[in-house]
Amino acid sequence: MRAGWGARATLWAVLAFLYAPVLVLVLYSFNDARFSASWEGFTLEWYRRLLTSPETGAALRTTMVVSLSSTALATVLGTLLALGLHLRRFPGRALVELLLFLPVVAPDIVMGVALLAFYVAIHLPLGRGSIVLAHVSFQIPFVALIVRARLQNFPREVLEAARDLGADEARTLRYVLLPILWPGIVAGALIALALSVDDFVITYFTAGAGASTLPIRIYSMVKRGVTPDINALSTLLLAATLLLILAALRLQRRERET
Amino acid sequence: MRDRRGFDGFLAWTAGPGTLYLALLFLAPMLLVAVFSVLEPTPGGGVHAALTLANYGRALDPLYLAVLGRSARLALITTALSLALAYPTAWAIRAAAPSRRGLLLALVIVPSWMNLLIKNYAWIVILRRQGVLNTLLLGVGVIDQPLPLLFTTPAVLVGLVHTYLPFMVLPLYVALDRMDWSLVEAARDLGAGPAQVFRRVVLPQTLASAAVGCTLVLVPALGAFVTPDLLGGPESLMVGTLIENQLLQVRNWPFASALSVLLMVVVLGVLAVVRRLAGGHALSEAL
Repeated sequence: MRAGWGARATLWAVLAFLYAPVLVLVLYSFNDARFSASWEGFTLEWYRRLLTSPETGAALRTTMVVSLSSTALATVLGTLLALGLHLRRFPGRALVELLLFLPVVAPDIVMGVALLAFYVAIHLPLGRGSIVLAHVSFQIPFVALIVRARLQNFPREVLEAARDLGADEARTLRYVLLPILWPGIVAGALIALALSVDDFVITYFTAGAGASTLPIRIYSMVKRGVTPDINALSTLLLAATLLLILAALRLQRRERET
Repeated sequence: MRDRRGFDGFLAWTAGPGTLYLALLFLAPMLLVAVFSVLEPTPGGGVHAALTLANYGRALDPLYLAVLGRSARLALITTALSLALAYPTAWAIRAAAPSRRGLLLALVIVPSWMNLLIKNYAWIVILRRQGVLNTLLLGVGVIDQPLPLLFTTPAVLVGLVHTYLPFMVLPLYVALDRMDWSLVEAARDLGAGPAQVFRRVVLPQTLASAAVGCTLVLVPALGAFVTPDLLGGPESLMVGTLIENQLLQVRNWPFASALSVLLMVVVLGVLAVVRRLAGGHALSEAL
């Protein structure tokens, strides 16, 4: 099958369109120009300013605490959920599936409004905790879906063999299922982590006045005006989340080969 | 065979906690929004326990209806542009040597994992008055005044297409990969030109996946907040920015809730329609 020059040109144009802005951003994070867009020399000044900025430091700490906590909780809950869904047929299973599907399709803004309204209604103080609770609610479906996909490729004979050998449910879970599922669980966790670190809208609505994550910090900086520090911060955040996702993919590919 | 009539302990401790969590921290908040949407606002945020449909009525006010209409229009344009660009892109990837296809596909997908704020901010850096594009055009001499490219509706469209185009490429690629290529050969042998081959052979076989791709673009584009907020001006207000404005600045919770309910209903409606057209299997695969 051949592709005409039109299709090939579109492919390259699309790739250029997708990458150019980000590459420009990364490039300009090293540009020694405060206001203009002309290249005035290479510098690491913006990175230095970024790494010594107290607000950015606080945002980084908050992001790490929030994202690691939410990921841990979501991974546990999501994995267990996937196991329950896969290993049992129960009345109401379709409803649980729907409950997994809805957070994935619901617009961030709707979830942000809903969670903020809920928090205020139950008088929950806004801060790191409220962000963690919010993140877990959109992370669980992703973890559950990823782990379940792995479960569906899992050979039933192994489970049956374990049962034949006398293992009860708990032992089977601990010594057979979990070790084999482990790469899938970790992949799900890494994806959940990336989603949490990157989240803006839901975090923005549920953070309250005090807490600030890296995306919120970037947003405030952008709203105040374009400065090269934002380019540096963006480059670092981009690198971090891309590494997370690549790690998750490598894990998924490795388990697909086993 | 386990006795299914009793309380299933295993199920309670595996699926139970997660389901309970989602019921409490997703379902309950969503229901609360629906309830708020029919209550009266108190000034400064909050609600009266008084039922009213005024909030929905307000959404039909020409001022706000224009915003809803614009959101639908921009989301549809974004979807159409993405579709127009994604078909040739997916085609070109499929036409590449098998060893290169994976790489090309990955190259298209990777930007979709990049932070939305960062991607939109990058367009600010490019489109602003002292930005890369204007500096370039001024330097080359094509213009002698910087162009007001930012904070316009076209800037929002550029941002939306940039964000959502990759989601359209993957389903189309998968569909092209699974297509029966012998039919394409047969059509060509019978003398069909490229447009006819596309319309008569390719389109029918890839329609379901195209529908899925459109969903993956249309649904998030409808509820977009960051892109219109960063790249748009006052005349590019979309539902997402309106909701944020009403909730956090104007503090009219019931109205913001009504708008959220409307958005959610439209999203679910689109999904229901696509599910009917494409089949639930294709949709859940995509997700």
